[in-house]
Amino acid sequence: MAAEEKGKWGMVIDQDICTGCNACVVACAMENNIPFVGEDETAYGRGMHWIRVERQWEGHFPEVAAVYQPVMCQQCGRAPCEPVCPVFATLHSETEHINLQVYNRCIGTRYCANNCPYVARRFNWFDYEWPAPLDNHLNPDVTVRGRGVMEKCTFCVQRIKRAEDEAAAEGREVRDGEVQPACAQACPTDAIIFGRLDDPESRVSKAARSKRGERLLEDLGTQPKVTYLKGGARYD
Amino acid sequence: MTDHAHNIPEEFKESLMFDPRPREEMNDMVMESMHTVGKAYWWAVGILSFIVATSLFGVWFFMIFKGMGYAGMNVPVFWGLFIVNFVFWIGISHAGTFVSAILRVFKAEFRRPFTRAAELMTTFGLASAGMYPLIHLGRVWVFYWMIPYPNQRLLWPNTRSPLVWDFMAITTYLLSSLMYLYLPLIPDMAMARDRSTGWRYTVYRLLALGWRGTEKEWAYLRKAINIFAWAIIPVMFSVHTIVSWDFAVSMKIGWHSTIFGPYFVTGAILSGVSAVMMVLFVIRATMKHMKYFIRLEHFDALAKLVLIFSMSWAYFFYNDFLLEWYGGEKTGHEMLANLMYGPNAWIWWSMLVFNILIPWLTLWSKKVRRTPWLLFVIATLINVGMYFERVVIVTMIPQVNRFPFAWGDYVPRMEIFISIGSLALFLLLYLLASRLIPIIPVWEVEEGHHAHSLRKYGKEYIPTVSDLD
Repeated sequence: MAAEEKGKWGMVIDQDICTGCNACVVACAMENNIPFVGEDETAYGRGMHWIRVERQWEGHFPEVAAVYQPVMCQQCGRAPCEPVCPVFATLHSETEHINLQVYNRCIGTRYCANNCPYVARRFNWFDYEWPAPLDNHLNPDVTVRGRGVMEKCTFCVQRIKRAEDEAAAEGREVRDGEVQPACAQACPTDAIIFGRLDDPESRVSKAARSKRGERLLEDLGTQPKVTYLKGGARYD
Repeated sequence: MTDHAHNIPEEFKESLMFDPRPREEMNDMVMESMHTVGKAYWWAVGILSFIVATSLFGVWFFMIFKGMGYAGMNVPVFWGLFIVNFVFWIGISHAGTFVSAILRVFKAEFRRPFTRAAELMTTFGLASAGMYPLIHLGRVWVFYWMIPYPNQRLLWPNTRSPLVWDFMAITTYLLSSLMYLYLPLIPDMAMARDRSTGWRYTVYRLLALGWRGTEKEWAYLRKAINIFAWAIIPVMFSVHTIVSWDFAVSMKIGWHSTIFGPYFVTGAILSGVSAVMMVLFVIRATMKHMKYFIRLEHFDALAKLVLIFSMSWAYFFYNDFLLEWYGGEKTGHEMLANLMYGPNAWIWWSMLVFNILIPWLTLWSKKVRRTPWLLFVIATLINVGMYFERVVIVTMIPQVNRFPFAWGDYVPRMEIFISIGSLALFLLLYLLASRLIPIIPVWEVEEGHHAHSLRKYGKEYIPTVSDLD
């Protein structure tokens, strides 16, 4: 693992225009075959959503503003979850530079989840079911996870791979904006930008360089790939 | 020496080492204690077997087939009582090595009658502990993927993972402690072989490895025990240090602490030695002739050890707490506030009362140290306190993390049954072992009798110990 990793795929989330509508959470669940576990289980901390939209209050009454912060796996360059897995079920992708979760290899020690400072990982406590007709919406591109394995945001790696395959078939590079994860696609305010960080001209690279940008818990040395923009409705 | 027996003054008679009995008499006492099986014993075995079958294996298999969700774990408390029990039983298993090996190499003579009882605790504690990493797995049916062997998956375990270190450390400890239990058992097995018939004779004959007690055999055995006693000490320290690294090498607030290694080892010895006291009390109260072998002086000595380890535990606890508090990190403060004033704060405070206040206030008194039932109560409370310490570390610290939106609570569910089940497993194994192998190492006691003597200088009796090595 490189000491400073630039990364290939990255995301920018503009908190100044995020309305906290949770459309990204729903789209993600649809795309990635995320089971519905019900109110009680979710309240007990077993919701399976790969994104959680954190609502933070800023300022003092009466000048209070809600700031929304969607948090998902930050696809760290130096990911704390990776070295602790005894069976290499979570590991760094050499080509995509994101954190892969190999469901078939996971034995469910849940150590990765404990070591994730972003608390971004979810565990399959049961064999979740999709009663008909919900099973019709299952995405054939994404594995349905069984009980006892860990899962988390993948940056919709199935879409990345498809775009890369198509680009390779046509003998070209993947174009900027060609890959969109489900959350970015669903975002009504276009607050989520996704693209290649290794291309300095891409929209996501430019946004990530913004002065408003900050990365979550960057001081831990995790080198997260998601940049959060915050601090005024001014684009620069 | 036996010829001293008649002229030894009363004040030394209290000590086992100066109250020798003839060899044959001691052998018969131990054999009789092994053969005496009352109705209560069979009831206990029956009830414990039932609990093990249902509460441990029944519930566990149910969870394997239905999912981990029947336990109470959630996000952010990914490790629940399973890992608490794991650390607790590993801690209990430290008693055997500590009491037996460390006291042996330092030639602490009071150890002699209860080394076996302590070593059995190591083995059975590890049996209970060793199940938990498996019970805790989400997909236990593929647990062997953690074992390093050439396989068709072309995958080797990740040696950077503390869980793999754990796996190695515990396997090493289990194997070496089994051997360390077995070596001093050989002469006693031969003793039992010569005094039994039927299936017992067959078993003891096999286990005695044809021991005849020649000078050469003794020389080899002594050398082997000495090597193992020295070698197992670093293994013991490493095991609990590595268990602590499961937490300490993570990035979690409250776990990421460099002091966790010695803190865990000290806590393990504290709970382990307390547990030895509990076991000795039960053995003494329920088995025949044990009042001769296990005396107030032994409880006294163990209680002193417990007091010392309670103090060192307090020292490490204070270090761990102070640095987190003084460090001033916001999350750390929130985490400590949750421990001290949160909904489960009573666990944290009870831990301090049971581990520090109670031993410090009581064990100073020689009278308390020589009152076995009181020591049993204190040792039980210390073990509850040490259990609470692991509950705090494993289940309460993760409740508060760097993202307030991911804070959570933890309520154990099926874990409770499995915890009771594994306690029953430990007790059951111990009950069975107490009637199958001599719980008192007779030859060690007798060796002590030979080594100890009273010399008369003028009118004064001076106790002396000769070094047998």
